[in-house]
Amino acid sequence: MLEMRGVDAFYGDSQVLFDMNLAVSSGEVVTLLGRNGMGKTTTVRTIMGIVRTRSGTITLNGTRIDQLPSHAIARAGIGLVPEGRQIFPNLSVRENLIATARVPRHGVPAWTFERVIELFPALGARLASAGNQLSGGEQQMLAIGRALLTNPQLMILDEATEGLAPLVRREIWACLSSLKEARQAVLVIDKNLEMLIGLADLHHIVEKGSVVWKGTSAELRADRSLQLRYLGV
Amino acid sequence: MRSQLTPAHAVSALLISLCAAVPYLASALDEPFYVIVFARIMVWAIAAISLNLIMGFGGMISFGHAVYLGIGGYAVGILAFHDITSAWIQLPVAMGLCAVVALVFGVICLRTRGIYFIMITLALAQMVFFLSVSAERYGSDDGLNILWRSEFGSGIIDLEDGAVMYYTIFAALLGCLLLQWRIVVSRFGMVLRASQSNDTRVQAVGIPTYRYRLAAFVIAGVMCGLAGFLQANLERFVSPDMMNWHRSGELILMTVLGGTATLFGPLVGAVVFLLLSEILSTITIHWHLVFGPFLILVVLFARGGVMGLLGSRAARD
Repeated sequence: MLEMRGVDAFYGDSQVLFDMNLAVSSGEVVTLLGRNGMGKTTTVRTIMGIVRTRSGTITLNGTRIDQLPSHAIARAGIGLVPEGRQIFPNLSVRENLIATARVPRHGVPAWTFERVIELFPALGARLASAGNQLSGGEQQMLAIGRALLTNPQLMILDEATEGLAPLVRREIWACLSSLKEARQAVLVIDKNLEMLIGLADLHHIVEKGSVVWKGTSAELRADRSLQLRYLGV
Repeated sequence: MRSQLTPAHAVSALLISLCAAVPYLASALDEPFYVIVFARIMVWAIAAISLNLIMGFGGMISFGHAVYLGIGGYAVGILAFHDITSAWIQLPVAMGLCAVVALVFGVICLRTRGIYFIMITLALAQMVFFLSVSAERYGSDDGLNILWRSEFGSGIIDLEDGAVMYYTIFAALLGCLLLQWRIVVSRFGMVLRASQSNDTRVQAVGIPTYRYRLAAFVIAGVMCGLAGFLQANLERFVSPDMMNWHRSGELILMTVLGGTATLFGPLVGAVVFLLLSEILSTITIHWHLVFGPFLILVVLFARGGVMGLLGSRAARD
């Protein structure tokens, strides 16, 4: 589905991604792991066209997307839940959800407004509230709901549980599990290794802007020295 | 969606009722002067509403918005000068010209942001301003008198009748308020507002915001062109001063004073701005010395403008 091959990306003159390789297949949950500042969010920003590649290719279902503008990449089928939520504070919850909603060109939309509210009943109770009146957890649910309503082929969640109360975190993890059950392809960045190992099919460890290790949950769980060296856990 | 009544709602309803009743009140008080004052206020309110659409809801601070007032006005003036007085020609020409100019300006301006956007809108508007100054045939600096108001060719809308002129402006104001509300609550308006708060994010969820912003820029230009058409008819006069950068600044002040990103803010701002300047100017010729600090106080202490003070919730009141 999504494939990054030999991608180099820069912030100004500083190179931040070095020969980055990454693949997410249909129906798979894949993680990007690594310490802070290693290039995980930059990888996501590069996939979304916010940071431009200088070499290498990014393809979605075999079609190159690395030269497309951001909105066209999203339209090609990638839904992003960005770090820090970044919901629209001046729009109500309902408006946040429907402003950017999209139905697939062919077939019935997998995600509808009603289904998102079913997934996050807390949002249903606050439809008229402005985005900036929500708690951190509600904002995160809104950001996920907003991305789901674009009916993406691939969902990317960047630090989806960061800074949330344990109870809300549990709700977000439950949401991710139900996405996996629904065979939704997901690329997820998070610091909770235990939960990620339980959830994901494949893991990538990012160190200094490139993938230094790739493997399954069982392989990652078994290798304590790897966890210690690259993840500090 | 249930809406809670706020003082902002009451003030908005009061102002609309006042605008509707002014000809009767002025007649009862034997002060016909107030009819023309309120007609002017309503025309400026239409122009401010159009600016609010892009500035308040879209974050595009145009410092050249009065150019469309001038273009709308000159469309009436120049056509009347050539004995074309039919409103069915003048109005489409005024609005069509504004659409074309706004489209061209928008294509250029919307590639920039922040201070650059402000400066480019100012520069482009000043180009048109100097074009009108150099048009000697159409009065140059002195402007152009309009002998006959636009003719709709029916017995119902005769703009030569002062009351009809007034209520035509009033109807246009209501129409613009309604259109603004429809736009703001539509999906188009949601994208526009979302783009104001985080344009990159809107694009990252698949919306090509440039097109939305450009469309809003053109709609605002056309709406302001309508205000220009009405102003030219009301005053029977057009001059380059209509599109001077001072006028664009006044439009910004009215919108900020009333409350940006609120539906009735521009109307409230136009009423406060024009009435206050009218009243203060009768007291002293140095009225700017009072008016200036007042505006500074509003900006400093009432960030949501008058509507903010009255408890308005942006985009809904």
